[in-house]
Amino acid sequence: MPRMCWEPGRMSLISVENLSIGYGANTVLSHVSLSVNAGEIVTIVGPNGSGKTSLLRAIIGAVQPTKGQVIRNADVRIGYVPQKLHIDPTLPMTVARFLALPRGISSAAIQDALAHAGVPNLATAQMSRLSGGQFQRVLLARALIGKPHLLLLDEATQGLDQPGSAAFYRQIETVRQQTGCAVLMISHELHVVMSASDRVICLNGHVCCEGAPEVVASAPEYRALFGTGTMGALALYRHDHDHDHHHHDCDEHGQTEAAE
Amino acid sequence: MLDDFMIRATLAGVGVALAAAPLGCFVVWRRMAYFGDATAHAAILGVALSLALSMSVFAGAMVVALLMALTVNLLTGRGYAMDTLLGVLAHSALAFGLVAVSFLSGIRIDLMAYLFGDILAVSRSDLMVIWGGAAVVVALICWRWSSLLTATLNEDLAYACRINPKREQLVLTLALAVTVAVAIKVVGVLLIAALLIIPAAAARPLSRTPEGMALVAAGIGSISAFVGLRAAYYLDTPAGPSIVCVAAVIFAVLSAIGGVRALRVS
Repeated sequence: MPRMCWEPGRMSLISVENLSIGYGANTVLSHVSLSVNAGEIVTIVGPNGSGKTSLLRAIIGAVQPTKGQVIRNADVRIGYVPQKLHIDPTLPMTVARFLALPRGISSAAIQDALAHAGVPNLATAQMSRLSGGQFQRVLLARALIGKPHLLLLDEATQGLDQPGSAAFYRQIETVRQQTGCAVLMISHELHVVMSASDRVICLNGHVCCEGAPEVVASAPEYRALFGTGTMGALALYRHDHDHDHHHHDCDEHGQTEAAE
Repeated sequence: MLDDFMIRATLAGVGVALAAAPLGCFVVWRRMAYFGDATAHAAILGVALSLALSMSVFAGAMVVALLMALTVNLLTGRGYAMDTLLGVLAHSALAFGLVAVSFLSGIRIDLMAYLFGDILAVSRSDLMVIWGGAAVVVALICWRWSSLLTATLNEDLAYACRINPKREQLVLTLALAVTVAVAIKVVGVLLIAALLIIPAAAARPLSRTPEGMALVAAGIGSISAFVGLRAAYYLDTPAGPSIVCVAAVIFAVLSAIGGVRALRVS
């Protein structure tokens, strides 16, 4: 994949300004502002019902905000990995056909995206026959196929076991390194997320706190929501972003996962 | 050639089958079977109204079917489960339709013809309406195919691709109303849903892609219309139900073969 034209850290790809979302009398989010810059990995954490999914759905345009706005440059391409995707068993669908929706995509681009997602040999498989891990990687490949500037992931590792989701997040990081795309993701798996993110946003109907993983993990608002238990996990899992990634073991993990 | 009633009937049956196949696939994939039924049942009210107002049965049935479909769309997610809502609306519309027909004492109408179809009485102008309607439905679905498919997979995925799933739902609703209107003459309001669902369901074990399934369903529907009409002719059975029976037999055979194949694979 070619490098992206957005220089990392220089400009925001999307920004959310003073966003409020409500369903009927229920207010889910109030006065949320955030932005994602090119090339960075931002993670949203928060308890159930804290409005994480609503925020992501507002960014893709599936929910109309009651107040505020989502500013998204028309040139910014977004790849979206939904929280859950149920494909009705009556709908026959090969992986290649799924990736080529809604616009026709060359088979070379399909192969390329599958390789980036760590599942190079699945193009002719039926979607209904995939394992949980393979399915999530195919969803990732689909999000990557438009060569996005920004990847949106809504709890993309739901249903995966811990090694599986750890491998998945390493894959995301590899993708970021290879393509330079920014990532905005929601996750429940605090320790994994903390280690992989540049910035963490703690959400609970509003933005509780925000900043580098270490800063958020020690913030009182975060501790009030999640306790202090994640600190040890953070120290254990966090790895140095400046080190040389050439010998990273992502690919190996990807293949092990795909072979399952 | 069109002077022969059997040829006209076959052409009518095949025309409806071709429109019903791709639409039927979406009805199956989106679990809208009840929705198709409700829309079709409402059409009898349209028939009654158009006879009372001496307007075209086709137009009346289409308008009422469309209104019905839009009403269901509007009411979904407002307190009642979808199947309850459809059960109420579909059967009420059918009942009101039957009552309305009974008021039309001035005109003698054969209710059976609208409930079960009257394919052997298809005229040249009926044929034009059927093929015109079928062409509109097929063109509409071909035009929106990729968007419809994306919206069927997942609404949020569609939004992320800048496709509005509500608009695609409306396209299907429109196609359904037109199909119901043109199919009344062929199988009648009670069996339209069968013509939508059975060929699509029968095509499932033979298909690897959505496009393949729509094409196979069109083939199965056409064969059912052809064979069903001939069976009705030789066995002196009602034509519309005979077509549905042939489709059902094809479904049973293909499902059995698919089941055996799945057993061998696993």
